[in-house]
Amino acid sequence: MSRERIEARFAALKAEGRSAFVAYVMAGDPDPATSREIVKGLPAAGADLIELGFPFSDPVAEGPPIQKAAQRALAAGMTLRGVFELAADFRRGDQDTPLILMGYLNLIVSMGFSAFARAAAEAGIDGVIVVDCPPEEADPLADALDAAGLALIFLATPTTDDKRLPVVVNRASGFIYYVSVAGVTGVKEADESAVAPNVARIQAASGLPVAVGFGIRTPERAAAIARIADAAVVGSALVDEVAEGLAMNESVTTRVLSKAETLSKAVRFARVGAAV
Amino acid sequence: MNAPAKPNDYTAYPDAAGRFGRFGGRYMPETLMPLVHDLEAAYAAAKADEGFQAQLDGLLRQYAGRPSPLYFAERLSERFGARVYLKREELNHTGSHKINNCLGQILLAMRMGKTRIIAETGAGQHGVATATVCARFGLQCVIYMGAVDVERQKPNVFRMNLLGAEVRPVHAGSATLKDAMNEALRDWVTNVHDTYYLIGSAAGPHPYPVMVRDFQKVIGEEVREQCLAAEGRLPDAVVACVGGGSNAIGLFYPFLNDDVRIFGVEAAGEGVDTNRHAAAINGGRPGVLHGNMTYLLQDAEGQITEAHSISAGLDYPGIGPEHAFLHEAGRAKYLTATDDEALAAFQLLAELEGILPAIESSHALARLPEVCAEVGKDGIVVVNLSGRGDKDVATVAAHLGRQI
Repeated sequence: MSRERIEARFAALKAEGRSAFVAYVMAGDPDPATSREIVKGLPAAGADLIELGFPFSDPVAEGPPIQKAAQRALAAGMTLRGVFELAADFRRGDQDTPLILMGYLNLIVSMGFSAFARAAAEAGIDGVIVVDCPPEEADPLADALDAAGLALIFLATPTTDDKRLPVVVNRASGFIYYVSVAGVTGVKEADESAVAPNVARIQAASGLPVAVGFGIRTPERAAAIARIADAAVVGSALVDEVAEGLAMNESVTTRVLSKAETLSKAVRFARVGAAV
Repeated sequence: MNAPAKPNDYTAYPDAAGRFGRFGGRYMPETLMPLVHDLEAAYAAAKADEGFQAQLDGLLRQYAGRPSPLYFAERLSERFGARVYLKREELNHTGSHKINNCLGQILLAMRMGKTRIIAETGAGQHGVATATVCARFGLQCVIYMGAVDVERQKPNVFRMNLLGAEVRPVHAGSATLKDAMNEALRDWVTNVHDTYYLIGSAAGPHPYPVMVRDFQKVIGEEVREQCLAAEGRLPDAVVACVGGGSNAIGLFYPFLNDDVRIFGVEAAGEGVDTNRHAAAINGGRPGVLHGNMTYLLQDAEGQITEAHSISAGLDYPGIGPEHAFLHEAGRAKYLTATDDEALAAFQLLAELEGILPAIESSHALARLPEVCAEVGKDGIVVVNLSGRGDKDVATVAAHLGRQI
């Protein structure tokens, strides 16, 4: 059921002739209750898909914004069980927006692959991205997710050459996440002229939609990527709004959702007037 | 899961996927996977190249000062009632076993055309050894070191600076070795084109654990020859401290298929029954961190917990995957020593043998009473004296409540 929700969303957007806006937020950041409010508000703010980070103590692929978000979430008592509860609560009010978990392998190993996959499916989660689980190590997780009907979404990067690409797309489903820069999240900026040929290459090899992330912070960047990819993912820039809101003693929810709205509009209208 | 309980050949690991039984593997972000595969290919080619081996052997002799002596510790032997030998790795250039691996990997990095070297360090011994080989070969060097370790290992920080390395303090997390490794990985993922990550522990993604072990096994190979020459037979037991476990696996590996008892000693900090220790095998369970599956200190959910040890070099929540395998296969026994026991052993070696051991190596010395009791009066025990203790004098003084 879950994998279908991702496919249905991309098919609908294709029919509309536009790219998806994918919003990444850290589950439990800055606290479980606020985070729940933010996630619930994201579809109305224009998020076509939601990536829900689950916090890990040692997130080696993250830059400072998402590292700090994970620390805030953990300090506020967020757990994997809490992430599932948040997802289930969201799903009761929204049957259409795909919900993708994103994080690191150790929590999944600790819970057990099958137990994790079942709990995720029950919570209404549709797909999983595991940053430190490359295709070489993915079979046990992929088997468990397959059995539960969830998509395992693989990452491709600027270092994934043509020789390696078949390995990456072999067990991929849902979509491929193209990491547009060699680096951690939220530091370097994606350049659409360098990204475009890679998106085309990965689309051809996988037959799946390609979402681009890791280097998109502004509406301008989001629009530029939306013109050449099936989805633009923004994470650090949204997570920064949490930090700013806390620092300025303003409503974190309002700040994040208003930022999401600005970005989603940029994505929504990116191709208007442009030759598609 | 698939590990045979009693392999016929303990030296036949890892397999092609980098597995020691169920441990090891390559759990890396995709950006680094092609680099990890390149490294594996480059290492295989170097290993098969006699010229590479000859160059490394020359450097180990002329630059590092190998072979290191196997010293019969007469007064320690009297004290503990067995024939105790010390493998004097602390006499190597830079003061520890770390130089063995650094020389091997720097030659490999140059073969691969890399111009910038990064490394993590805990006690600073690996950082100093890395900075040393970078100076020797004229390569740019950046060392990541936890801010807490920068504070407790100031002499080594200055030493690295003198050698031309930039030391970047890491404030994240517990600001120790684990966090330094996180930050080094973030650097590597950002600078994939010119940067070589010179890992100092027998940990990380495949091929690092096997490569570091291969570059360190010279320790055990020398012990074998030296013990045969001195005693006409192999030792009854070998003992080494284990953080990530590079000095230990270097000593153990050449004895894995022999009738030699093998003891690793983990850092128990304030006690394995407290939450302030660094004993991954004795106080942790299997999981995935820093590229491999191994024993880790973690909470019920799988969040990595902070390690604690008086020794910065053992202050790590994991252990090399080959040790996890040897533990589960029952081939090696992993004991523990507390901060206090290590301090006492540090002082004892100074008083009885006139040697200041690294506080890391002192953990191995601390278990001599038990190991000697097991092998008996005529039994031969070899302890790896993996590093020298000059860097630890301030730490020891502070714990003894003395001003220096």
